[in-house]
Amino acid sequence: MVVDKSNIEEILKNVTDPEIPVLTIQDLGIYQGFETDGNKITVLITPTYTGCPAMDMISVNVKAAMEEAGYNDVDVKLILSPVWTTDMISEEGHRKLREYGIAPPVEKTSDKSYMSGEEKIVPCPQCESTNTQIISQFGSTACKALYKCNDCLEPFDYFKCY
Amino acid sequence: MGEVIQLNNESLLKYVLQLADNAMILGQRLAETCGHGPVLEQDIAITNISLDLIGEARVLYQYAAEIEGGGKTEDDYPYKRDVRDWQNILLVEQPNGHFGHIIMRQFMFDCYHYCHLKAMIDSSDERLAQIAAKTIKEATYHLKYSSEWVIRLGDGTEESHDKMQEALNDRIRFFDEAFIPSKIENEESLNGIKVDCVAIRKLAWAKFQEICQTATLEIPEVKFPQKGGKDGLHSEHFGYLLSELQFLQKSYPNSNW
Repeated sequence: MVVDKSNIEEILKNVTDPEIPVLTIQDLGIYQGFETDGNKITVLITPTYTGCPAMDMISVNVKAAMEEAGYNDVDVKLILSPVWTTDMISEEGHRKLREYGIAPPVEKTSDKSYMSGEEKIVPCPQCESTNTQIISQFGSTACKALYKCNDCLEPFDYFKCY
Repeated sequence: MGEVIQLNNESLLKYVLQLADNAMILGQRLAETCGHGPVLEQDIAITNISLDLIGEARVLYQYAAEIEGGGKTEDDYPYKRDVRDWQNILLVEQPNGHFGHIIMRQFMFDCYHYCHLKAMIDSSDERLAQIAAKTIKEATYHLKYSSEWVIRLGDGTEESHDKMQEALNDRIRFFDEAFIPSKIENEESLNGIKVDCVAIRKLAWAKFQEICQTATLEIPEVKFPQKGGKDGLHSEHFGYLLSELQFLQKSYPNSNW
């Protein structure tokens, strides 16, 4: 099959995260392009958390999407550089997260508060109140913390700064 | 010339495995608590940390397999080595005990782990530097989590304080092994690549003392720190841990998903 770069780009952009299905791998910032060698295509992914089980699933989904479009010789390579950070989540990704009920990261990793451990205010994705509190630093997946809103009383996930 | 390179690779392999083994064994110990946490949120937190550590172990074992070559895979190291081949520190193989023991072991490891990764970012080995730059983000959360619990329980009720003090008294003798160089950490060919584990001791201890003080815990004096794990001499608990970790591969050799 002839390698059509813009077509491949289009297919890959639309692969979604299995845990947060509203986000594509491009929104998440983990998609780092692809390399071709003859008919062989190597898709580059920079993993989120090192132990994230969704990475294996994403690799499978990338291969499946490519196969559906007729590309059978596809490899997914996990690369460690550039190191993924939550700063790489797109604006679009932030909006989709909020709509899905997950609070997006409120700070940049370059902010001092990130390393010093100082708590930032995380607005509630349901009612936008800033009267929220952390329940646990670790939530339903490696990338999220668990918060609750003191105004609407709903618990919510926070995509924590990484 | 060729010989020198090979020797260097062998040392690097051993060093990478030492780092991987620490993450792997603590990850396994924490995984044992899955479904047994004191409350749901903490059960999830502990297993999240386990997942991070096993993730770190995986990228290191993958690197080890590349260094060794000959068709080795990341799975060969955790599943197909016996006790004496493992180089993890004794701290990480200690049994879970109660929640206070789990938190104290975690806190000690996090103090070391965080400082170690911080130094490893400057390693002249590009791959190790990349792995450190990535995993330190996770270790930062671990240290924050375990520090908060040490303070909350240490400076909590009389009962929680006593339990934390007991956990500290019990585990303190395993803390310093991380900062005592093993044979491989003394290997000169690894200069620039390896982390100077003696140099990071000060920083790790400063964090450890600061949190213990806030938690109103007294650090007992240790006359004889326990060591040997890094050179393959493990405690009696380790064989039991491995028999569970390696059960499937021992009962059904080379089985696959």
